[in-house]
Amino acid sequence: MTVSQAAPQSQAFKPKLMGGKKTGRRFAYAFLILSIVPILIGYTWLVIATLSTRTEGLLPRDAEGGIGGFTLRNWDFISDGAIWSAMFNSFLIAVAMVIGVGIASTSGGYALSRFKFPGRKAFLTGTLVLHAFKAEMLLIAIFFVLRWLGGIPLIGGYIGFNTVGGVALVMIALELPLGIWLMKGFFDALPWDMERAALIDGASRFRVWWQIMLPQVRPGIAALALFTFIAGWNAYLVPFTFTIGTKVTNMPVFLNQLISDTAPVNWNQVAAVGLFQMIPLIIFFLFTQELLLNIYAGGSKGT
Amino acid sequence: MTDKQGVTDLAKPRPGIPKQTRSSLRRRVRSNLSAYGFLLPTMVLVATFFIASGVILVVLSFTDLSSSNFTRPWNFIGFDNFSRLFSDPFFPKILRNTAFYVFTTLIFFNLGLALVLALVTTTIPRRIGFFFRLVWLLPRLTPSVIYILMWKRIGSGDPYGIFNQIAPGFLGASGGNLFLGGSPWTFVILTNGFVGASFGMIIFTSALLSIPEDLITAAKVDGAGTWRIIKDIKLPLIKWPLLFIATYQTLSLLTSFEYILLLTEGGPGLFTTEVWALTAYKRAFSSYFGNSQWAFGATWAIVLVAVALLLAVVYVKIFKFNELIEEPRIENL
Repeated sequence: MTVSQAAPQSQAFKPKLMGGKKTGRRFAYAFLILSIVPILIGYTWLVIATLSTRTEGLLPRDAEGGIGGFTLRNWDFISDGAIWSAMFNSFLIAVAMVIGVGIASTSGGYALSRFKFPGRKAFLTGTLVLHAFKAEMLLIAIFFVLRWLGGIPLIGGYIGFNTVGGVALVMIALELPLGIWLMKGFFDALPWDMERAALIDGASRFRVWWQIMLPQVRPGIAALALFTFIAGWNAYLVPFTFTIGTKVTNMPVFLNQLISDTAPVNWNQVAAVGLFQMIPLIIFFLFTQELLLNIYAGGSKGT
Repeated sequence: MTDKQGVTDLAKPRPGIPKQTRSSLRRRVRSNLSAYGFLLPTMVLVATFFIASGVILVVLSFTDLSSSNFTRPWNFIGFDNFSRLFSDPFFPKILRNTAFYVFTTLIFFNLGLALVLALVTTTIPRRIGFFFRLVWLLPRLTPSVIYILMWKRIGSGDPYGIFNQIAPGFLGASGGNLFLGGSPWTFVILTNGFVGASFGMIIFTSALLSIPEDLITAAKVDGAGTWRIIKDIKLPLIKWPLLFIATYQTLSLLTSFEYILLLTEGGPGLFTTEVWALTAYKRAFSSYFGNSQWAFGATWAIVLVAVALLLAVVYVKIFKFNELIEEPRIENL
């Protein structure tokens, strides 16, 4: 594995340096193919493992040690209600995150891109620096914040400790710094003639944002939504720490429970559940490739 | 939040005060108010989950709160946690591990490989480059447990290990477990790097794609080779994304530990691959005597956050991020 990484990395450009477009291309392909070998091997094993009783290396083995032993038993969990409830919770968290991060990032990003106000610089630098406070470091403290939120009358029951809403809120906050930076980049890239014309015609800032700006950054919103959805769908550490019991379990937590149960772990079944969890994302991915890979088109201009 | 009257109202003359001053002052105040209005959702979330949590974390680090005494009022013990932390016999080792892990992964993968991937996939035909980037994004989509399970299977000992099966004897693979035996660091860095590289790859790719074609063509006409084009045109033009990723990923790596926890748990042996963030997590949530020392974990966390903040400020200063924050133009209305 180390070979596939280190060596071709330096070779990729040398031939091009000496001219020869064809050799350069060939080296580029060689490098790219070598670089994805570990990834391909990993996923090949994953698929084989979900369809067999046990594996040795990349080979499926049957009870006698010969090659074979294919089975669909690892996928039996699909008929279990627990996984569908976990999937529903995952979906809830992901959708709540898409909406929350979407609203806060588009409005915050717009303000940072278009307004001059006291504290703007501090706010922008602060958003970048906030990244130093990652979820992992704040878990202990957020526990107390969630318990406090749970005590708020009326809404407390939906956003406190051990609720899907609470988990979603925490995840939204943690995803926000990146979202704001990205959306600010997209707003920065827009020419402001239209906005200016609308303001002069007497439209309010809110109306300009809602009716003129948002439609123009739609690709940015869609891409951010997609990335946020993935983050929500795969969220493990936060839901794991702040939920107890099966009612609020999401997919990754469900997956980890299979491993931490006291009974011997059936790794092939774990692999199947993991692959199952990835299927919606991969489908999503295939339909929205361009969007996903171009998310930073606006955010990368550096203005 | 909204500014219903709009701009035209401001043009109306007001009695008493000279028209110009009054309207510009009002406009300034109103503009500031709507700016804060737009930022309100963000500010509420940041105040609740970052500022409040940060303060709680600091307060916690001065107590002895743990899973055995959390029902009682908090007991403040001064700087005991901090002196315990800095006198920990493994403190220097954990510090060295963290520095090694962060900078090796950053330079070889999150920055280095990410840049190379972006450069290479943008020079080959579009759809093919696209395919490779897609494959490189897969690790990021995979649940961490499954992702690490794959790497464990790659590095396992005989008869399960894939590397041992495909390339026996190669690179010191002699049938034993690789990630808990011969080369734990290689595996820790590979697992993190294969996820980390794709983030930079995407950002650099879109930055490279937004470079006008004419620039490259002009350079080619002038006889510049591929290397010259990369060094003198492409790299300077993607300077900001490069600096942004360097900063962002340093902070990410510094505070990340999930993959290490799943792969080696900081082992093999004592603290071989243990990084700071992992220690903080272990102290707070899984202690050897069944007693989670939340406050002591918080102390490790708060010191790490302080280091990360310091690093962030240094990066911001060195890279002159202030230049990146240009004044918004709409106010010139």
